[in-house]
Amino acid sequence: MSTETTGWTTPADATVPLVDRLHGWVTTVDHKRLGILYILYALFFLVVGGIEATLLRIQLIRPHNAFLSPEVFNQLFTMHGTTMIFFVAMPLVFGFANYLVPLMIGARDMAFPRLNAFSFWMTAFGGFVLYFSVVGGYGLYGMATAPDVGWFAYAPLTAKTFSPGHSTDFWTLSLLVSGVGSIGTAVNLITTIICLRCPGMTLGKMPLLAWLNLAMAVLVVLAVSPLTAAQLMLVVDRYLGGHFFDTQAGGSAVLWMHFFWVFGHPEVYVLVIPAFAFASEIIPVFSRKAIFGYPVMVAATLAICFISMSVWAHHMFTVGMTSLSNTFFVLSTMAIAVPTGIKIFNWLATMWGGKISFRTPMLFSTAFLFQFLTAGLTGVMLSSAPFNWQLSGSYFVVAHFHYVIVGGILFMAFAAFYYWFPKVSGRMYDERLGKLHFWLFTIGFHLTFDCMHVPGLLGMPRRIYTYEPGRGWDVWNLLVTVGVLFQGVAVLIFVANLILSYLRGPLAGSDPWDAWTLEWSTSSPPPEYNFAVLPVVRSRRPLWDLKHPEDPDWKYE
Amino acid sequence: MSTPSETVKEADGELRWELPARGPVGMYCLIAAEAAIFVIFVVAYLFYVGKSVSGPTPSILSLPLFISLCLLSSSLSIHLAVGALKRGRPASFLAYWVLTLLLGAIFLAGTAREWRHLIYEEGLHALHVTVGLLLIGTVAVFTFLRKVQQEHAGHVEVLSLYWHFVDAVWVVVFTVVYVIGR
Repeated sequence: MSTETTGWTTPADATVPLVDRLHGWVTTVDHKRLGILYILYALFFLVVGGIEATLLRIQLIRPHNAFLSPEVFNQLFTMHGTTMIFFVAMPLVFGFANYLVPLMIGARDMAFPRLNAFSFWMTAFGGFVLYFSVVGGYGLYGMATAPDVGWFAYAPLTAKTFSPGHSTDFWTLSLLVSGVGSIGTAVNLITTIICLRCPGMTLGKMPLLAWLNLAMAVLVVLAVSPLTAAQLMLVVDRYLGGHFFDTQAGGSAVLWMHFFWVFGHPEVYVLVIPAFAFASEIIPVFSRKAIFGYPVMVAATLAICFISMSVWAHHMFTVGMTSLSNTFFVLSTMAIAVPTGIKIFNWLATMWGGKISFRTPMLFSTAFLFQFLTAGLTGVMLSSAPFNWQLSGSYFVVAHFHYVIVGGILFMAFAAFYYWFPKVSGRMYDERLGKLHFWLFTIGFHLTFDCMHVPGLLGMPRRIYTYEPGRGWDVWNLLVTVGVLFQGVAVLIFVANLILSYLRGPLAGSDPWDAWTLEWSTSSPPPEYNFAVLPVVRSRRPLWDLKHPEDPDWKYE
Repeated sequence: MSTPSETVKEADGELRWELPARGPVGMYCLIAAEAAIFVIFVVAYLFYVGKSVSGPTPSILSLPLFISLCLLSSSLSIHLAVGALKRGRPASFLAYWVLTLLLGAIFLAGTAREWRHLIYEEGLHALHVTVGLLLIGTVAVFTFLRKVQQEHAGHVEVLSLYWHFVDAVWVVVFTVVYVIGR
């Protein structure tokens, strides 16, 4: 099973002029190249969104700061939220899914390669449209502005009266366009997983990463489509005289909230389920044990998928719903903690008694376990309607969802970067820089987001551009901003590590982690066709079976 | 649902490996996404029925029974067309296919007359009918050029799935707009 290691560019390829090579990337339909494009795109916007966050935090470092004007502050938090969700997290998730799923199920490409390329370029165009608003979307003062309606764009802020000009239209179109791309990728992923598994890989023998990405894709199909529909209605309202969300003419602002959060809450699971997928692949390999409770993990994922469709209105407790609706959404939101808890116990049980090696991917995964648990616990707190009435719209909520997205999703994304970097680039990353990145980022993360809970509890509302001194918020805001510095430096180290290791890292070989899933049976990086001969699998860990013919997994499964 | 041309087969001793064809699976996924979009519009419609203070009300609409009948029959004719192609009868395939195209076109013309009332569900639905008709028309052109053979039955079937979905949506729109809405 050992395969020779080939470089990313074969000697024949190296003589190809740069323009032709770039042309190759633009016209590619190869799932691996598209995956890399998605990921690079996400990394670019991670830096953009990170700079926006840094500017916001500099403004809030002390009371009565005049670093940003209120208008620019509104634009920056809108752009930060929209960018991070739609143009960092989503492309990151799709990039890894694109790259890994066909390799892990033993397929040569996605089911619809051209649809795959189309989806990527739609997403890419969406990001371009969003940022073109900065020059093209003249707004309130007749000058170029970015959207400033917040990332969930509540009505009536988006009405023509309150959003003149085109900044809101750029926001709407950007989400419409990238939504089409997301649905295309989801359709492609589901079809690939259902129709292209290699011989012998029944659903029960599929790697958990494939299972979880299947669940993610189903959620995208069911959740992103309502957002697309709601955006169409918003366009009708703004340009065709519709009154869907116009309360002055019999429309309803609450309807927009429902439509947005019918998308918005499953979206959280669209992002976090792939993070679970990374954890389910990385933790077993670095614990040297098979995953604990595979069937239960699959069942818990599907349970999360199902329940996540019925929790959306917990974002709306303060709007004033009937007590019956409040009760329903409190209970459904609390219920979703159960399958999530099962997963955390399963990962812990996988580590329990294992020979744990704390390489960088495992460090990030371990931190993920603690942080995601904490994020889940503040989630259960917020799911209780009376508690939520006090804290909704405060910095406590901001701290909670950043704990999920940064502490959970981004930490696992970093783990995935380090884990699969040798496969994608053919070279090993620098372990010292990786560990430095981990510790700096973890310190910065906790400084920022642990401290952020406190001003929330003390009553600091989100989205204010400045605040009065002497309310007990000052020192906490200072600490929050200091933490951003650590995270910024850590991300720079991370990017430097990727670039330096890609150029000069030692060759990694096909299977540096002694792992068990099919992608490690290909060369690093894998050839364009992935597998010269389609593999035939008999268990969930096909490479274990190959390496240990005397004691294969299929005897026990 | 599996067609032999698209399945993965590997002779490995006793292992026989067949998976569903990708065409229908992809189309079912697309239909699920489209259904979600229509659900949101139907919810909005039901939410606002009787509440509008300025817009058109459904009472001005006449019951479009004839065109509904045409659209629903077209589902049957496209089904028969696919069946004919699968059994290798290009002549009856062409007949049923053109019939489908005509029935769909009659429906679209009928909707166009209603369109001045601008009901969004109908607008969205008419868009889907138009897309479907364009695709069916393309296949019809290729059939006249004798390019559509028995082995293309799988592709044509995917298109027929989409058409059935468009019909099913009309049943919902009809119920919501013309029955509940009045």
